[in-house]
Amino acid sequence: MKPFTRLDARAAPLPLANIDTDQIIPKQFLKTVEREGLSRGLFYDLRFDDAGKPRPDFVLNRPEYAGAGVLVTGDNFGCGSSREHAPWALMDFGVTCVIASSFADIFYNNCFQNGLLPVVLKPDEVQDLMGECQGGNHMVSVDLAAQTVTSPSGKVFTFDIDASRKAKMLNGLDAIGETLSAAADIDAWESRRTLTHPWLERA
Amino acid sequence: MRAMAGKTLYDKIWDAHLVAEQDGEAILYIDLHLIHEVTTPQAFAGLRANGRKVRRPDRTLAVADHNIPTEGQGLGVAAVADEEARLQLATLERNVADNGIEFFPMGDVRNGIVHVVGPEQGRTQPGMTIVCGDSHTSTHGAFGALAHGIGTSEVEHVLATQTLRQKKAKNLRVMIEGTPAPGVGAKDFALAVIGEIGTAGGTGYVIEYAGDAVRALSMEGRMTLCNLTIEGGARAGLVAPDETTFDYLRGRPSAPKGGAWDIALASWKTLFSDPDAVFDREVRIDASAIAPLVTWGTSPEDVVPVTGAAPSPDAFASPDKRASVARALEYMGLEAGQPITSAKVDVVFIGSCTNSRIEDLRVAADIVRGRQVAPGVRAMVVPGSGLVKAQAEEEGLDEIFRAAGFDWREPGCSMCLGMNPDRLAPGERCASTSNRNFEGRQGRGGRTHLMSPAMAAAAALAGRIADVRDYLR
Repeated sequence: MKPFTRLDARAAPLPLANIDTDQIIPKQFLKTVEREGLSRGLFYDLRFDDAGKPRPDFVLNRPEYAGAGVLVTGDNFGCGSSREHAPWALMDFGVTCVIASSFADIFYNNCFQNGLLPVVLKPDEVQDLMGECQGGNHMVSVDLAAQTVTSPSGKVFTFDIDASRKAKMLNGLDAIGETLSAAADIDAWESRRTLTHPWLERA
Repeated sequence: MRAMAGKTLYDKIWDAHLVAEQDGEAILYIDLHLIHEVTTPQAFAGLRANGRKVRRPDRTLAVADHNIPTEGQGLGVAAVADEEARLQLATLERNVADNGIEFFPMGDVRNGIVHVVGPEQGRTQPGMTIVCGDSHTSTHGAFGALAHGIGTSEVEHVLATQTLRQKKAKNLRVMIEGTPAPGVGAKDFALAVIGEIGTAGGTGYVIEYAGDAVRALSMEGRMTLCNLTIEGGARAGLVAPDETTFDYLRGRPSAPKGGAWDIALASWKTLFSDPDAVFDREVRIDASAIAPLVTWGTSPEDVVPVTGAAPSPDAFASPDKRASVARALEYMGLEAGQPITSAKVDVVFIGSCTNSRIEDLRVAADIVRGRQVAPGVRAMVVPGSGLVKAQAEEEGLDEIFRAAGFDWREPGCSMCLGMNPDRLAPGERCASTSNRNFEGRQGRGGRTHLMSPAMAAAAALAGRIADVRDYLR
C-alpha cells in the first residue's frame, strides 16, 4: 500500500448525501479480475449520459477540476454494497482523499486498506469547504500527520482519526503481514477452540 | 465501563473470538468465510503475489451467484454468454481448486445465493463469526452469529490469517413488540426500522433484534430482518438463537450430529444478552402499528405505508433534504403527493438474498394462486438456491407462478443488482423484493420499489403498487 502523508490538490465538490457505492461504481464494472483500470466506471451514471457522452456539468468533467485529488461530499458517503471497487475506482481516477461529514462503515474501512484517506469534518465545516471549492480557487492541503485540512482561503480544519489507522496510512503498512506476526497466537487460539468447540471441526 | 454489568450477545461473541490485540486493534477469529466470484479474484491474486496460502480451506465455502445467468445453468460456465462474467466464474473455479476450498458450482443443486446457501447447508451456526465480501452477510445474524460484509482486501486477510482486524462497535437493541396485522411480515418490520432510524442510523453499531414479534418470526423471516440491517447503516444484526433456530438447524448437512449436536446445543443456549446488559441505544417498534410498507424513493429509508403517498419536498425542513427528495421524485417519475398505489409497474422481481427462500415463495404463491399477472407486466421469480427451487417445485409453487404468467427462473442474485442479463430498462418501474432502491441499482434509469414478497405478488396482479390486504385469502 502506498503511504499517505500529505496531499496538495484540487478539491471537487459533490454536494449530495448518501452517495452509495453503486453510484461510485456501477455493477457492469465489477466483472473484472483486476484492481486497476476502474476509473473508467467512476460515477459512471453521473459522469456520462445515456449515449455514453460526458455530461459537461458534472464536477469531474469540468476543466477547472481536472486532476482533482480530493472529493468533498455530503453525509453517509459510500453506503450500500461492500464493493472495494469503489475506493479502487477513486484511486485509479487520482482521488486519494474524500472529505465528508460522515461515511458508511464498510466503505470507510475499505479506504484504509488502499491508502485512500477518508476525512470526517463537521457538517458546517464541510459546507464551508464545499462553498470555497465551488469558487475560483480549489486547492486544498491535507496533512495526515497534523490531522488538518487547509481550505483554499487558508482556513484550517482539524479532524480525528484512529491512531492505529493513521500509523498504517502514514507508513503504508501491510495489515496481513502485521497480523501474521501474531501467527503463534492464532495457532494457540485454534488449538483451544478445537477442544471447546469440537463440533466446528470438519472431517 | 460498569464492571458488574452483564454482556450483550454481541459482547459474548466478540469476547469468544478475540485472539489478540495489536496497536489498539482486535484480531478476531473468523469461523466461516463465504466467498463468491465477484469480490475474490483480486484477493487470491494478492495471496499468490505474496506467496501466501489459504490458512483454513475447511472454514471457507464458495458459491457462484452474483453474475450467473438465471437460465441454462446446466450448460456450465463455458456457455455463459457474457465474456467478463465467464472469466470471473472460471477464475473462481481455478482459485477454489488450487486451494482445496469446497465449492458448489453453477448448476449444482446446492448452489445459489451465498446468504441462502450457508444457512441451508447448516454451515451458518449460532455463536460463529462469519464474513463474506458482500454487505448482506448480515443475514446470518439471524442465527445469533456475528456476521458482516468485508471488502476484498479483508477477504485476502481472512484467507491468509483466518482472522480480521476489528474495532468493536457499539450495541443497539431494536425491540419489536406486538402482533402484526395479516399481510405484514419481516420485510415490513425491516423497512419500518430503516424508516425509523434512517439509512445511516445504525452506523457504528451492531443491532440486536429482540421482542415477541421477532421471537415469533420463522428463520426465513429473521434472515430477511437481519439481511436489511446494513440498509440502516449497521454492519451486523443479531437475533439470539432459540428453539426456532435449533429446529431449523437440526439435520442440515453440515449441522453437528449425534453427541456433537448435544454439546453444540448446550453451548448455543448460552447465547443471549444478559438481563442486566447495557445497550448504548434502544429503539422500540410497535409491530401492531405497521402497515404493509413500500419505498417511494432512492434510499431504503424512503418508506411509506402502502396507503400513503410520495412526499412533498416542502414537508422537509432542511434545504439539503428538500433537494434530495425533489431529486428522488424526479428520478422515480413520481409527483409529490401522488398516492403510491397509483404507480404502475412494468416489472415484478421476487428474489434476492432478502426474499428468495421457500417461505417467501409460499407467501407469494398464496397471493398469486388462480389469478393472473396484469397485462404488460413482466413478472419473475428467482429462487434463492437450487434446493429452494427443487422444494418449491415439489410443492407445486412453480406451476402456480407459471399459470399466473410469472417467469420461473434458475437461482442467483439476478435482478437485485443486475450484474447478469436480468435488469431493468431505463424508466422501467419495478416492484422488487430485493434490498436496494438506489439509482441505477437494477439497471441504469430503472425505478425500484422495495416491498415484501406478498406485496410484490399483489403488484404483479394489479399492474401497479397494490395493498396486499385486498388480496389475502
